Amino acid sequence: MNNYLERLYNGIVKENPTFILMLGMCPTLAVTTSAFNGLGMGLSTMAVLVVSNLLISALRRVIPDKVRIPAYIVIVASLVTIVQLLIQAYIPDLYDALGIYIPLIVVNCIILGRAEAYASKNPPGLAVFDGLGMGLGFSIALTCIGFFRELIGAGTVLSGTPFAYSLPEFYEPVSIFVLAPGAFLVLALIIAFLNAMNIQNNGKKKVEGCDGSCGTCGRAETCRDAKSE
Amino acid sequence: MKEMMLILVGAALVNNVVLSQFFGLCPFLGVSKQVKTAASMGGAVIFVITISSAAASLIYDFVLVRFKLEYLQTIVFILVIAALVQLVEMFLKKTSPGLYQALGVYLPLITTNCAVLGVVLQNVQKEYTYAEMGWKALLASVVNGFGTAAGFTIAIVIMAGIRERIAYNDIPRPFQGAPIVLLTACLMAIAFFGFSGLI
Repeated sequence: MNNYLERLYNGIVKENPTFILMLGMCPTLAVTTSAFNGLGMGLSTMAVLVVSNLLISALRRVIPDKVRIPAYIVIVASLVTIVQLLIQAYIPDLYDALGIYIPLIVVNCIILGRAEAYASKNPPGLAVFDGLGMGLGFSIALTCIGFFRELIGAGTVLSGTPFAYSLPEFYEPVSIFVLAPGAFLVLALIIAFLNAMNIQNNGKKKVEGCDGSCGTCGRAETCRDAKSE
Repeated sequence: MKEMMLILVGAALVNNVVLSQFFGLCPFLGVSKQVKTAASMGGAVIFVITISSAAASLIYDFVLVRFKLEYLQTIVFILVIAALVQLVEMFLKKTSPGLYQALGVYLPLITTNCAVLGVVLQNVQKEYTYAEMGWKALLASVVNGFGTAAGFTIAIVIMAGIRERIAYNDIPRPFQGAPIVLLTACLMAIAFFGFSGLI
């Protein structure tokens, strides 16, 4: 059971696809004009990711090694088409807001990345949890970016959901935050903030057996304390 | 003619593919450390996008529409692009080894560049199709593809130029790496707003 929880933790915190691995940047920046859109994109990607991980993991002994990438692409593209038709039918508002970025889930590097790096080498159960973890990490990141952009840029909180709330009249929305530059700015600030937290935490606790000489340490490659110089 | 010029300028500058539509961000952030590699990447992207928008336009108009299979467009387009990239790679390897060497590893990477699939899907969305425009649709698709790829090249080369200089600067530790690159992109995106009055 621990293995499964470890996969979730890995996807959400340790290898968060957006903040740590910096994968799937296009939808991350393009659709996060509001928390609702971000969440919608995150959940659609998660649905595709979980099912594609399951299928690819189940078929991992059947798919010949040489044509594995085209095979993965066909599986992912079929799933994305299904998700696209479902969203169009049941949540037309979200379909209009996400537009061309729904079919572009096919080329989201997170999905092919997980297929190649994890699902093709591990049993279906673990692969599903890996997809869940990565998908949740992606959804949380997108919702978070969308929340800040919406709050500053439009002066609303969670619009489009039952919990919608508008800031009082006297707040003048800074509309550049819902435009293209705001996306880059918000993501830059969030990553810088996480970096600053990391630096502070690492100052307090040291890796076991660390004597500060990263140059000769065998674990320097994977160590977060390791100094780049 | 005027119409085509408008499509070209619109795709390259006004709606810049990276800075206002967010396609192709992975290579934009990943392969922009040096001007030389950035320019090679740009060249490869121009090459592939121009060819694939022509191929996809023909396939959409004369296969998918004809047999009423439009809902399969995502699957068909991604396969066309993947096959085309392989084909271009084999063709270049045989006929012009010099160009093949210059583009190097960047060619296969383009399959997962969402700018390629994005442009092809946009051509359909903007109705550059045979049913709407007749044979001019093919030209419009190719011009839009070329313009978009040119816009990508402009953006990635400028970014690489800036990053070559940033490398020598003393940046606060939390902002080192990705954040400073994203901030640069933010300022570039604001600068590209200046083009929005052009059309």
